[in-house]
Amino acid sequence: MLIIEASIRDSIVAHARRDHPDEACGVVAGRVGSDRPTRFVPMRNAAQSPTFYEFDSVDLLRLYREMDDRDEEPVVIYHSHTATEAYPSRTDIGLAQEPGAHYVLVSTADGAHEAGPVAFRSFRIVDGEVTEEDVTVVSSYAEVDDAAAHKR
Amino acid sequence: MAIEVRVPTILRTYTGGEKAVSAQGGTLAQLIDDVEASNPGVKERLVDESGLRRFINVYVNDEDVRFTGGLETAVADGDTVVILPAVAGG
Repeated sequence: MLIIEASIRDSIVAHARRDHPDEACGVVAGRVGSDRPTRFVPMRNAAQSPTFYEFDSVDLLRLYREMDDRDEEPVVIYHSHTATEAYPSRTDIGLAQEPGAHYVLVSTADGAHEAGPVAFRSFRIVDGEVTEEDVTVVSSYAEVDDAAAHKR
Repeated sequence: MAIEVRVPTILRTYTGGEKAVSAQGGTLAQLIDDVEASNPGVKERLVDESGLRRFINVYVNDEDVRFTGGLETAVADGDTVVILPAVAGG
């Protein structure tokens, strides 16, 4: 399951809408091993395409160095589909190389870039195998921690 | 002295979980062969018959080797080589 703060979910959706009809992409970094996406990092789609995305190679190096320095990893890797559903394409599956990440797909198809709900789904992609997972949106992670502490 | 090669998560299955390995060589191609010798399986993930795989990025001292000669890029003791899989899709 992916647990994500509403403000971060909203930032991803806003990025996807802004870049429509090109695909938008980015990561949400979080502390290594925490499984908690905390730092929203929109990336430039070097492909500038409605059917493809790729982080620029210089930006990619900078991003990974920055995450390394902060003891972070890409907890979420997101991108948008602008004419199809929010489900990993064959290309997405073939190129997925972060087995630990939650791959978030949003769709701005069918007018969703202007108004209405934007589909927001999360997947694990490991060795070419896709598994969809539930997405739980919380107002803040503190809320989740409090609830967990209460149970104990 | 040797050359430090930083290995991404997805390739650490070949390095016993290590984030970095040290190796030697005068070119990137030789360096990869040296890494392969002690971590069999890595090379196949980095290169194919036409050269460096399209969705693997390799940087020598922060320079993307695609702009510096690809597998023929010169490397020397003290250099840092970073391997990063592309983040891409459709």
